[in-house]
Amino acid sequence: MNVRRILHLVRKELIQLRRDPQMLRIVFISPIFQLFVFGYAVTTDVKHVATALLDQDRSVQSRDLAERFVRSGYFDIERLPAGPDEVDRQLDDGEVQVALVIPRGFAADLAADRTARVQLLVDGSDSMTAAMVAGYAGGVAGEFSAQVATDRLERLRAQVQRVPAVEERTRVWYNPELKSVRYMVPGVLSMILFLVTMLLTSMAIVKEREIGTLEQLVVTPITPGELIVGKTLPYIGIGFISMLLVLALSTFWFRVPIAGSVALLFALAIVFIFTSLGLGLFISTISHTQQQAMMSTFFFMLPSILLSGFMFPIANMPQIIQYVTLLIPLRYFLVIVRGIFLKGNGFAILWPQVAVLLVFGVAILGLAALRFRKRLG
Amino acid sequence: MWLRTGVIAWKEFVQIGRDWRTLAVVVVLPVLMLVLYGYAINFDLRHIALGVQDEDRSPASRQLVDAFSRGENFAVAETVASPAAATRALDAGEVRAVLVIPRGYAADLAAGRTATVQMLVDGADSTSATTTIGYAGAIVREHSGAITLAALRRRGLLARDGFPPLEMRTRFWYNPEQRSVNYIVPGLIAVILMMLSTLLTALTVVRERERGTIEQLIVSPLRSYELILGKLVPYAMIAFVDVLLVMGAGRMLFGVRVVGSIPLLLALSVLYLVSALGIGLLISVISPTQQTAMTVGMLASQLPTMLLSGFLFPVRAMPELVQWLTNLIPARHFLVIVRGIFLKDNGLAQLWPQVLLLAGIAALTLGLASRKFRKKL
Repeated sequence: MNVRRILHLVRKELIQLRRDPQMLRIVFISPIFQLFVFGYAVTTDVKHVATALLDQDRSVQSRDLAERFVRSGYFDIERLPAGPDEVDRQLDDGEVQVALVIPRGFAADLAADRTARVQLLVDGSDSMTAAMVAGYAGGVAGEFSAQVATDRLERLRAQVQRVPAVEERTRVWYNPELKSVRYMVPGVLSMILFLVTMLLTSMAIVKEREIGTLEQLVVTPITPGELIVGKTLPYIGIGFISMLLVLALSTFWFRVPIAGSVALLFALAIVFIFTSLGLGLFISTISHTQQQAMMSTFFFMLPSILLSGFMFPIANMPQIIQYVTLLIPLRYFLVIVRGIFLKGNGFAILWPQVAVLLVFGVAILGLAALRFRKRLG
Repeated sequence: MWLRTGVIAWKEFVQIGRDWRTLAVVVVLPVLMLVLYGYAINFDLRHIALGVQDEDRSPASRQLVDAFSRGENFAVAETVASPAAATRALDAGEVRAVLVIPRGYAADLAAGRTATVQMLVDGADSTSATTTIGYAGAIVREHSGAITLAALRRRGLLARDGFPPLEMRTRFWYNPEQRSVNYIVPGLIAVILMMLSTLLTALTVVRERERGTIEQLIVSPLRSYELILGKLVPYAMIAFVDVLLVMGAGRMLFGVRVVGSIPLLLALSVLYLVSALGIGLLISVISPTQQTAMTVGMLASQLPTMLLSGFLFPVRAMPELVQWLTNLIPARHFLVIVRGIFLKDNGLAQLWPQVLLLAGIAALTLGLASRKFRKKL
C-alpha cells in the first residue's frame, strides 16, 4: 500500500465528482427529502377515519355514544345515512371506511339494565388500518360501557360498599410521546448510509469499465488493493457527510435527541460500511454497464428494505422469513442505530450485533476484493 | 406514421431482448416482491414478547397472567424478578412490554378495592407500541369486568344479566377474514407497474443521447411524437404482461381473487401504464446522464409511489398539504381502482373520478415529454 498513490486516486475521484454537480446535489438532497417524507407524511396511525352514523334511536344516550366517537379524535362523522341501504352504498363507494349503527331501543335497553347492542361495520379491504380502527372503536365502546357500569354500581352503593376491579397504568419507555419520527430517523440514517456507499461505489467502478479507463488504471503501478481503497475512500466520505446531514437535521429540526454516544455511533458505522462497500465492489464485478449495476443494486436493496425491520417489525414475520433476515447486514446495524438513538444502549448490550457485522464485513469485502483482483488480472 | 412508429418499437424490442438482465428484472422483480410482501410482511401484531414481573405470586395474579397469555396477542417470553431485570430485558429488546403485578394485588381484590397493575411498554416503534397498549388495555378491562361481575353475583346483587352494559359487534366487509394479502396484492400491481415503468423507460432516451445515437434518430424523417410512441409501446406491452403475472401469481400463491370485472381492470391498467410510462419518458428526456435519470426516477416516482400513494400508509393520516400533493401521484388513483375492483366489485359508476384524473396525468406527462423532446432537438 502506497499512501501517496492512493491519495492521487482519491483526488482524481473528487475532481470527477465535482464535474457532475447535479449528481452530488441529488446525493445530498435525497436524504433530506426522505427524512421529511418519513418525518411528516408517513404514519401508520389512523386518525380522522371517515365515519357514517346511522342513529335509529335518536336518544340522549345514542348521541352521547356518537359524541364519544368524535371526541376520541379517531373518527370524523361525515355522513348521516337515512337507512341501511345507504350505509351499504357509502361503504361501497368508499365515502366512509366505518359505519356505526345504533339500533332503535338502545336507550330503552340501557334504562332497563339490559345489554344494549350496537353494530360497527368496517371496510376491511385495508386490513392493516381496519384492525386498528376496530380497536379504537372497541376502546370507545368500552369506556362508554364502563361509565354506564359505574353509574349502575353507584345506584347499588346502598347495598355494596366495595367492589373489586383491576386498573392498569401504562408507562411508555424510550419514546414517551410515541412519535414515529423518533423511530424513523435512525432507520433513514442507516438506509442512506447503506445506499450511498453501495450504489455510488459500484457505479463509480463500472463507469470506468464502461468508458474503458479501467485498463489505463491497471497498467499504472497502482496495485489492485490501492485501487480499491482509492476508489472507495471518497464514497465513505460522502456517506459520512450525508450521515452528518441527517444527524444535524434530526437534532435541530425534528428535535430527536440521541440518548447514547455519538462517538460510538460513528465507530460502529465504520464497521457497517465494510459490508456495504463489499457489496458495491461485488456488484461492480458482475456488471458491464451502469444500467446493470443499477438493476443489481435494486436486487440487494429491496430485500434489505423490506426484511431488515426498517419499516416492518421482524417479530411479525413468519419464522422461516425471520431466519432469512439473519442474512441481512442492515438488520444488525438498525438494532445498533436504534439502540443508541432511542435507548442509549452501549457496547455492553450491542456487542453481539457488532460481532456479526464484523464477520459479515470481513467476509463480504474480502471475497469481493478477491473477485475484483481476479477480474483485473 | 404507423410504419415508422412500428420500426422504432421493433428496434426497442430487439434491444431489450439482448439485455437478459433487464428481462430477468422484468420477470423476477414482480414475483420477488409478491413473495416478500405476501409472506414476510404482516401487519397483524401477534405473540408480542411479554415480560412478567409478578411480585404477588398469588392465584389471582396468575389468573391475570393467564388472561394475557391465553389470546394470540401476547406470549410470555420471560419472568423477571426485579425492576432492574425488567429494565435489562427491555433494553436488550428481549421483551416489548413488561406486566408488573405489585405485592398486595390479591389482597386488594379480596378487600374489594381497585388493584393497580403496571405495563411498561417499549415505545421505540410507536406504531407497534400503540397497538400493544390497546391490546393490553382491552385484556385488563375484560378481566376487571369479570372480577367485578363475579363479586356482584356472589352477593346476589345482579338480578338481571345487564353486564356489560354495551356490546359492540364488529363486522369486516369485503375482506372478512382480514387477510393482509387481499389488500397487498392489488396494491402491488400498482407499485410494481410504476417501478418497472420508470426503471425501463427512464433510461431509453438518455441512453441514446449518451451513446450519440440520438443524432441518427433526429436526421431520420421521424416526428417526435412518433419516436415517443414507438418507445412507449414495447414497454407498455412488457408491463402489461407483468399485470397478468402478478394477478396469476397472486391467485396461485395466495388465493387472491378478483371480485369485480377483470376486463375493466385490464382496460384501466393500460391507462395507468400509459401515465406511468409517460413519467418515465419525461424523466428520460430532461436528464443529462443515465446516472441522473436513475436517481431522479427513484426520488420522483418510486419513493412517492411506495410511501405517499396510500399503498401502505393511509393518505388520510398525512398532513393536509401532503394529501393535496398526493393527487399528482398516478398510483394513488390507480390504487383506488384496483382495490375497488379486486375487493368490492366497483364499476365505472364509482371509479370515474379516478379514471378521469389518471387520463389527465397521462395526457399531461406524455404531452410534456413530447414537447420537451422537440425543444431539445
